Amino acid sequence: MNNLFVYTLRLADNSLVLAQRLSEWTGHGPFLEEDLALTNVALDTFGTATSLLEYAAQVEGKGRSADDLAYFRHEREYTNVLLVEQPNGDYAKTIIRQAFVDHFNLLLYTELAKSKDETIAGIAQKAIKEVTYHVRHSSSWVLRFGDGTEESHNRAQEAVNELWRFTGELFEMDEVENNLVKEGISVNTSLLKEKWEKQITDLLTKATLKKPESSFMQSGGRKGMHTEHLGYLLSEMQTVPRMYPNAKW
Amino acid sequence: MSDSQGPLWEVFVQKKAGQPFVHCGSLHAFDKEMALQNARDLYTRRNEGMALWVVPSSAITASSPEDMGSFFEPANDKVYRHPTFYQIPDAIGHM
Repeated sequence: MNNLFVYTLRLADNSLVLAQRLSEWTGHGPFLEEDLALTNVALDTFGTATSLLEYAAQVEGKGRSADDLAYFRHEREYTNVLLVEQPNGDYAKTIIRQAFVDHFNLLLYTELAKSKDETIAGIAQKAIKEVTYHVRHSSSWVLRFGDGTEESHNRAQEAVNELWRFTGELFEMDEVENNLVKEGISVNTSLLKEKWEKQITDLLTKATLKKPESSFMQSGGRKGMHTEHLGYLLSEMQTVPRMYPNAKW
Repeated sequence: MSDSQGPLWEVFVQKKAGQPFVHCGSLHAFDKEMALQNARDLYTRRNEGMALWVVPSSAITASSPEDMGSFFEPANDKVYRHPTFYQIPDAIGHM
């Protein structure tokens, strides 16, 4: 299969699934202002997903549209990392997940902005400004929760402990990505790991939270082996287009 | 939604450099940084501005409705305070 298609779709799936998760908070946020803030983040992320899906559809060149890719693929065909499909839980868990992803995305997009593929570079360039703000938003909440009350601290620490095992997958490389790195199109994410870990460790320390000792990492998203949560997310996201396949709105 | 939303802040937006900061509304936040972030998300998502001020509402001293008469009405009959009696040369244009 076309490496560029597979890679673009991976990036798209990461954004799409995360955006769908974040949008679950819309109307349910802890208070009005924060509800809007997170919805803004969701919208930015949907925007990136749309650009990537459109490009993936174009690269594939088999007549599938961005919507076809989003709504008519099954769980096993989704290639997002497991971290982004994890349920929102309480607000601390949503924020910890977001901080992990935001810091990774900023490092990733900064490198991708130099990609030899102009479209990928363009999408990354646009995303950098948005993600820079996302990092600021999620980081400030990590500090607030970690260094807040005993209750908020404990919840944030629980979230870190629970989600840590899904962070290793962000830095996994395979043949598809290695080939694209050689062509100057993608990024060797394994080289971003050290920087990411330092940023996250610094943030957690500042928030009086601890990085888990355990080094066990769960992965499989790239191969379509997901946690049980993705199926529910997709069935909700896809229900309308699957019921009314040619509906327009 | 819980009612512990933090204190109230007033938001001022500047459209362009050099222009005055204009009050555009208020919001809830727990500290300065959060107030600034919330202001960005609530009031500048459609390109409304280039710069923001947030001020704790409690820091604002306001005139009260009872003062309206003594504060503002004496100005009503003093038209000479308006600079409308001068001829403005055309070259100056709109002032």
